[in-house]
Amino acid sequence: MPAILKVRNLVTKFHTLDGIVNAVNGVSFDLHEGETLAIVGESGSGKSVTVMSLLGLIPSPPGQVEGGTALFSGPGGQRDLLKLSRQELREVRGGQIGFVFQDPISSLNPILTIGEQIAESLVRHQMMSREKARERSIELLTVVGIPDPRQRYGNYPHQFSGGMRQRVMIAIAIACSPEIVIADEPTTALDVTIQAQILDLFKRLRETLGMAVIWITHDLGVVAGIAERVLVMYGGRVLEIAPVDDLYERPQHPYTHGLLGALPRLDERESRRLVSIKGNPPDLLIPVRHCPFAWRCEYAFDRCWQEIPPLSPAGIQHKVACFYSIEQGGPRSD
Amino acid sequence: MHRYFLAKLGQSILLLLGVLLLVFVMVRITGDPAALMMSRESSPEQLEAFREKMGFNRPVLVQFADFSSKAIKGDFGLSLHFRTPALQMVLERLPATLQLAAVGLLMAIVVAIPLGLVGGFNPGGLTDSVGRSLALLGQSIPNFWLALIMILFFAVRLGWFPSFGRDEIKSVVMPAFVMALPVMGQLMRLTRSAVLEIRGEDYIRTARSKGLEPKTIYFKHVLRNVAIPLISVIGVQFGYMLGGSIYIETIFAWPGMGQLLEQSIGWRDFPLVQAIAVFTSVIVLALNLLTDMAYALIDPRIRYGN
Repeated sequence: MPAILKVRNLVTKFHTLDGIVNAVNGVSFDLHEGETLAIVGESGSGKSVTVMSLLGLIPSPPGQVEGGTALFSGPGGQRDLLKLSRQELREVRGGQIGFVFQDPISSLNPILTIGEQIAESLVRHQMMSREKARERSIELLTVVGIPDPRQRYGNYPHQFSGGMRQRVMIAIAIACSPEIVIADEPTTALDVTIQAQILDLFKRLRETLGMAVIWITHDLGVVAGIAERVLVMYGGRVLEIAPVDDLYERPQHPYTHGLLGALPRLDERESRRLVSIKGNPPDLLIPVRHCPFAWRCEYAFDRCWQEIPPLSPAGIQHKVACFYSIEQGGPRSD
Repeated sequence: MHRYFLAKLGQSILLLLGVLLLVFVMVRITGDPAALMMSRESSPEQLEAFREKMGFNRPVLVQFADFSSKAIKGDFGLSLHFRTPALQMVLERLPATLQLAAVGLLMAIVVAIPLGLVGGFNPGGLTDSVGRSLALLGQSIPNFWLALIMILFFAVRLGWFPSFGRDEIKSVVMPAFVMALPVMGQLMRLTRSAVLEIRGEDYIRTARSKGLEPKTIYFKHVLRNVAIPLISVIGVQFGYMLGGSIYIETIFAWPGMGQLLEQSIGWRDFPLVQAIAVFTSVIVLALNLLTDMAYALIDPRIRYGN
């Protein structure tokens, strides 16, 4: 599968009164056509900032993308998203890359009808007349599973439940048949049964529309059900990237190990205590010249404090940024 | 929508009854209303005759029922001073007060909202800094003092505006400006903070993620939401300006209801005071009702209730 999006060495900083927050420190990854890539990490790991940086959606000032490339293969050929003008970026946003955000309650404008909020995207990107946009929006409401779409078109967000609002958000995201949909914790604010419905809807849409999805989450349980590949972020860096099964079976990074150990499992015979990772997430105000996880890592040795481990192969399509091999019980052989 | 409006109307009627009760009690709270209304030199016989005439010797509840039922019909009795119906005197003063408040409100809106919008969209910029300083000044300068300074400077020294009265069209400028200044400050700050708040809302990020043009985002998504808090404050402020212009009308000798109120208190003309108090309350309540309606027109969450 060819890559539809190639991100290399993305660096984003926030210039705040407290100092420079190093939110994203050289993130690289590929997104393949039609695949779902999950980006996991705890709060503040830089997963949202990474994707928002690609499309100029970080608040600026104080946010500033300071380096890297993001080659996007859209209808207009291959372009570097980070070098596009504001106008060109607006064409991409909503037209070729759609967004679904975490909180469907606050993410919809309370004083516009949901129909209007879907239709305005169609009018903007596909030059549709208002009537055509209206018809297409009603179709989209049907596609995302909203009953009585014709009546619901004229309703306001507060007349919908949380799950239904998230369906509306998804309708907005897919309105212009984008190549990529970026879903930023789309199920976090929903209760578990609704989460499952939204996951199913996403899977179905991906099969019918064939778009690639970047799914940002801190919930490894959700990842297993939807993603093909997983990217683990920590302190604004990629620690590990692997196909989802491989990651669950043989996690290479001690941090991934820790995350999986903190996850309750239904298939375990004996009950065990859930393991938590000791220590706090890194302070991004302090630039590091060593492994960002070294402070909390039980395997850290002298080399981990001397240089930043590069992302290197650890299996088929599996890469890890760690000097230590848990499987070998010692430093990883290069 | 209808239920919302009916509920608000019901609230207003209850409040009006409360106002009537309050006005009724105030006249009697200090003791004998006859003694309050008559001059100190009145003889006991004169007081007794007055009580008889005004009906103060009847049971309190009967008096209140009588007062309210007459007040609802617009009958507040004759002014003690002028011997003419009190309400009619109030209505004669209404246009002047209305003009003053309307011009003042317009001045405040025309200056405050553009400044607030620019400040909100460009916080920390030059316009924002100037606007915020003006707002602070406007809210902190005592306006009776400002009124006197303006009379000294613009009327006496420069002779641009008349110092008192309502004889020329430009007479309204100075009193309206003095009245508008604090409202200007408040409205500017409110607009600015509303813009800042709405700009940071998640749904604005959604609008940006759709690739909408900045113009569309500002007018369609930001400004309409900013209008919601503004409308309620403008409504309340207009009511306040209509009812609270006593000293500005007095300083500028503006022949409005505030001036009449000040004079009628001096004359101990209680029927007139009562008529002004009740009438002003009715105006404020009506304005609030209008504000609530406008609110509902913009905000569907109120229109459809939840």
